[in-house]
Amino acid sequence: MSKKYDAGVKEYRDTYWTPDYVPLDSDLLACFKCTGQEGVPKEEVAAAVAAESSTGTWSSVWSELLTDLDFYKGRCYRIEDVPGDKEAFYAFIAYPLDLFEEGSITNVLTSLVGNVFGFKALRHLRLEDIRFPLAFIKTCMGPPNGIQVERDRMNKYGRPLLGCTIKPKLGLSGKNYGRVVYECLRGGLDFTKDDENINSQPFQRWQNRFEFVAEAVKLSEQETGEKKGHYLNCTAATPEEMYERAEFAKELGQPIIMHDYITGGFTANTGLAKWCRKNGMLLHIHRAMHAVIDRHPKHGIHFRVLAKCLRLSGGDQLHTGTVVGKLEGDRQSTLGYIDQLRESFVPEDRSRGNFFDQDWGSMGGVFAVASGGIHVWHMPALVSIFGDDSVLQFGGGTHGHPWGSAAGAAANRVALEACVKARNAGREIEREGRDILLEAAKHSPELAIALETWKEIKFEFDTVDKLDVN
Amino acid sequence: MPFKSTVGDYQTVATLETFGFLPPFTQDEIYDQIAYIIAQGWSPLVEHVHPSNSMATYWSYWKLPFFGEKDLSVIVSELEACHRAYPDHHVRLVGYDAYTQSQGSCFVVFEGR
Repeated sequence: MSKKYDAGVKEYRDTYWTPDYVPLDSDLLACFKCTGQEGVPKEEVAAAVAAESSTGTWSSVWSELLTDLDFYKGRCYRIEDVPGDKEAFYAFIAYPLDLFEEGSITNVLTSLVGNVFGFKALRHLRLEDIRFPLAFIKTCMGPPNGIQVERDRMNKYGRPLLGCTIKPKLGLSGKNYGRVVYECLRGGLDFTKDDENINSQPFQRWQNRFEFVAEAVKLSEQETGEKKGHYLNCTAATPEEMYERAEFAKELGQPIIMHDYITGGFTANTGLAKWCRKNGMLLHIHRAMHAVIDRHPKHGIHFRVLAKCLRLSGGDQLHTGTVVGKLEGDRQSTLGYIDQLRESFVPEDRSRGNFFDQDWGSMGGVFAVASGGIHVWHMPALVSIFGDDSVLQFGGGTHGHPWGSAAGAAANRVALEACVKARNAGREIEREGRDILLEAAKHSPELAIALETWKEIKFEFDTVDKLDVN
Repeated sequence: MPFKSTVGDYQTVATLETFGFLPPFTQDEIYDQIAYIIAQGWSPLVEHVHPSNSMATYWSYWKLPFFGEKDLSVIVSELEACHRAYPDHHVRLVGYDAYTQSQGSCFVVFEGR
């Protein structure tokens, strides 16, 4: 029997709070941390989030009777307290797969973090995690190459990769910029990187930069007998300009390009990733603007969600923070989303902030990039935290060396290899880090001076965004 | 001239990827790395190439990967045998990781002259 149309405002919980619902394997699941306005019951807040991020609107409408809304609606199926927080609670919401277009991260985010974040009944709302069903994952291309293919292309095995951003980040001419790239690569780095702010400014147009960088990469390969690359930033004002730059990088025989996926946007990123797969290019992903979205513990989107979205949208390397450097990042939480980038299955583990089992199927992995305020003394901790499938990037820690960038690069490379060698030999590198570095410095004056230069610098501030634990 | 005494002249040399920035490994240090490869469940392999062709993706196999070999001294003697047979070639040790279909380890043990 069909339902009757009953105009007016209904309580959300009558329709969208379904504690008996058992989520399907094909459902997209989300965990929101909700802080409601005073006096609004938890169930009503949670149901409102489910409604406003799926089929609901504030009033009943006649046209909803033309469809089977029970099939399409999002459902809040569980509410949990947030440990150590009396106001906030977690709402777990299940969305049927048919709410989302295949292969479109843009579509998923438009629904889940759209209007609902401005909803008046809420004081704060934070998307903590999404469980993407395997059925959705198989509709996304994911990383253009993945970790294994990138290792084979770059001939890098058995250790983390080493990189650095070219500094000063703005104001160098194309030729001077290429010089700094050459110094770093011949000194021992695997990659150098365009700063995210470098696009195509008056002091250095993109074509000019690409040409000089390509020469630096080729020359350093010939001299060292190693594969080298520079992340050529293709981020631009329009997709057409991005593709033009990407095509030119390929024409110059370069292995890798770069995109800023949050300022550039998910649609642009997914398109560029598909171009990279088709054209055999690696894709490095920067994350400018992420801290605007992910840093507040009660509002916004946790970075683990942005990291998962990037893996689906496509990228071969993603910045993840360093844990030990100048930028924000809790160790357990960082390990949690690094797993989401690299593993094929990640189990639920609240101690790492992972709220759901996540099956990635056969999707390729993404290198975790640790960059920002790190130097040689951090090397043992970085190797231990990030493992081999990572890119460790030392900017100031390379160019700030008293003998210049080439010597700074060599110092980092010696330190990295000494740590890997020691780890493989069974030593506990975080505990014995100091001894390992000092031993290595005996045969590397570049490392000895680097250790002297940076010995006093520490970045010990408490993280603002911590995991919710008692 | 203070500059002269404080700034070194950094020389570029062919370093041939992983461990290229460390001094040549001693026998014991090579044993450690082989033990690591075997403990990870990877298959050791010896490869060699003439230095003029070191950028090639494929170096020549020395025999086949030593599938299932647990004896470290067998691997060491194969490395040495390859080096004796091709003294002017680079010789590297690889650990094949069948699970990731990648190489968990790969480094040059003997540099050809």
